[in-house]
Amino acid sequence: MSEATLYAERAAASVRLERGLVALGILGLVAAPFLIYPIFVMKMLCFALFACAFNLLLGYTGLLSFGHAAFFGGAAYFCAYAVKAWGWPPEAGILLGTVGAAGMGLVVGFLAIRRQGIYFAMITLAMAQMFYFFCVQAPFTEGEDGIQGVPRGHLFGILDLNVPMNMYFFVLAIFLIGVFAVWRIVNSPFGMILRSIRENENRAISLGYSVGRYKLAAFVMSAALAGLAGALKAIVFQFATLTDVTWQMSGEVILMTLLGGIGTMVGPVVGAGLVVGLENTLATSGFPVTIATGLIFMICVLIFRRGIVGEIYARWLSPAGEGSERGKH
Amino acid sequence: MTMIFGIPIQALLGQLLVGLINGSFYAMLSLGLAVIFGLLRIINFAHGALYMLGAFIGYLLLVHLGIGYWPALIIVPLAVGLFGMVVERVALSRLYRLDPLYGLLFTFGLALVIEGVFRFYYGVSGNPYAVPALLAGGTNLGFMFLPNYRGWVVMASLIVCIGTWLLIEKTRLGSYLRAATENPELVQAFGVNVPLLLTLTYGLGAALAGLAGILAAPVYQVSPLMGSDLIIVVFAVVVVGGMGSILGAIVTGYMLGLAEGLTKVFYPEASNLVVFVIMAIVLLLRPAGLFGRDA
Repeated sequence: MSEATLYAERAAASVRLERGLVALGILGLVAAPFLIYPIFVMKMLCFALFACAFNLLLGYTGLLSFGHAAFFGGAAYFCAYAVKAWGWPPEAGILLGTVGAAGMGLVVGFLAIRRQGIYFAMITLAMAQMFYFFCVQAPFTEGEDGIQGVPRGHLFGILDLNVPMNMYFFVLAIFLIGVFAVWRIVNSPFGMILRSIRENENRAISLGYSVGRYKLAAFVMSAALAGLAGALKAIVFQFATLTDVTWQMSGEVILMTLLGGIGTMVGPVVGAGLVVGLENTLATSGFPVTIATGLIFMICVLIFRRGIVGEIYARWLSPAGEGSERGKH
Repeated sequence: MTMIFGIPIQALLGQLLVGLINGSFYAMLSLGLAVIFGLLRIINFAHGALYMLGAFIGYLLLVHLGIGYWPALIIVPLAVGLFGMVVERVALSRLYRLDPLYGLLFTFGLALVIEGVFRFYYGVSGNPYAVPALLAGGTNLGFMFLPNYRGWVVMASLIVCIGTWLLIEKTRLGSYLRAATENPELVQAFGVNVPLLLTLTYGLGAALAGLAGILAAPVYQVSPLMGSDLIIVVFAVVVVGGMGSILGAIVTGYMLGLAEGLTKVFYPEASNLVVFVIMAIVLLLRPAGLFGRDA
């Protein structure tokens, strides 16, 4: 058998396997609330969407944002405030959160893309910290208490979100739409250009792409989807607090993506599930979460840079046997 | 009472002094970051944690062993520097061939662990560290009252900054260091032990952070969170200054500290934000930073 046919067969097998796994995963998520505490699964889904949005930037554009908590937590505040103080329906609140996060992404992204690499990370971190200080002082966030008792309300005026199963399937639907959006963006011609920027920015420039615009567009999309996740979380938990805008939260989403596999579609979902699960377990054990998070970070960076899903891809699924590891140049 | 722009001059000078103190710490920490980044190409997120470690080692030496401030001023930088060298040997040295972002992520994890350990054992509340007897009290300068210890901090940080600058610009070791920053392979070919140089550099950066920590102990409370709050501001300082020049890092540190102090007088609500706002403006006008060479 020639090498080309072998390659094509392995690629086809890998696609079939992927599709099968995704179908199995969706079935699992439909069944999950009947087996596990629904709130817990909803928390996982919100963070999984957040991590997928983040991965759009780190994994597919090669930009490490250290300030994504600002979009996640900011959207949670916008949504919670609109729903509670103005009596907006939940879908409008979530839309406002998403649009608000996109607007913030436009401002932060515009500043951050003026520098590259390590400076990009520091600028996003600093801008997010500025937003954190703003949230501490601004009256509408209600300071240390946060916005409590946000009503879940009725979706489109019909579906009562106070019924746990209604809430769950709404969250699942948003999650699937969000992840599909990421998949669609990544696999579009636009996504191909993003990847070329990740691989070799100078070559992309010399090919005539206005790299800055593409980076900014990717940043805004990523921020908007992170905002969607944050706004959704505010409706699920019925509050928005300072926790979601801290730099620790920005670190957490990086960890989820790194642990699951940077630049893989499923990795951030797996990573988010594991990190949320771990935190839930540790919360009752008395072992400090920050130490565990920090240790996982160090181990991942030192010996496990592909992450769980990336490692599986590299070992068993990848047709050419090549990894998806970033930064091996 | 003398007034300037409707503000009593005492209040103005008082806040300027606070700004100068903060600026001293910004300068010392951004200096360490710049030294480490220059050679290792790693942004040391653990810098804040090392600063906290310095303050805590000083505090623990005092509480458990009765070792006072002055000996601690020597012991703490040595201890933190040694810790830094171990970290570099064991872990960071494996990351040099990779994207620099991995260095940032590793040191972020390290910062979380160091901070987590101290939070676990000592909680989040601050522990007071008394001003050493020699520097207790204050001096009346005629126009304002200067607590002696604060005057000492400003002086000490100036000495540390100028000393480090001289070490790097004027000594043989410094010339190796600068050469290795430009072209490590070539310097290695000339028979200089570059890996050792990298270890020493990270140790020096860590020691600077530790020294800043013990200097800060009597000014701020010794708490596990003291470093992480500071490090992000220092990152903004580094973005403003650009890490291309050591002197730039120092000058920017003092300048932004003073700007923060001034803001506290005229518009206190914005004092937390002003460093970040300045960063944003500098990015708009001079994307490479005030002293930066890399665009």
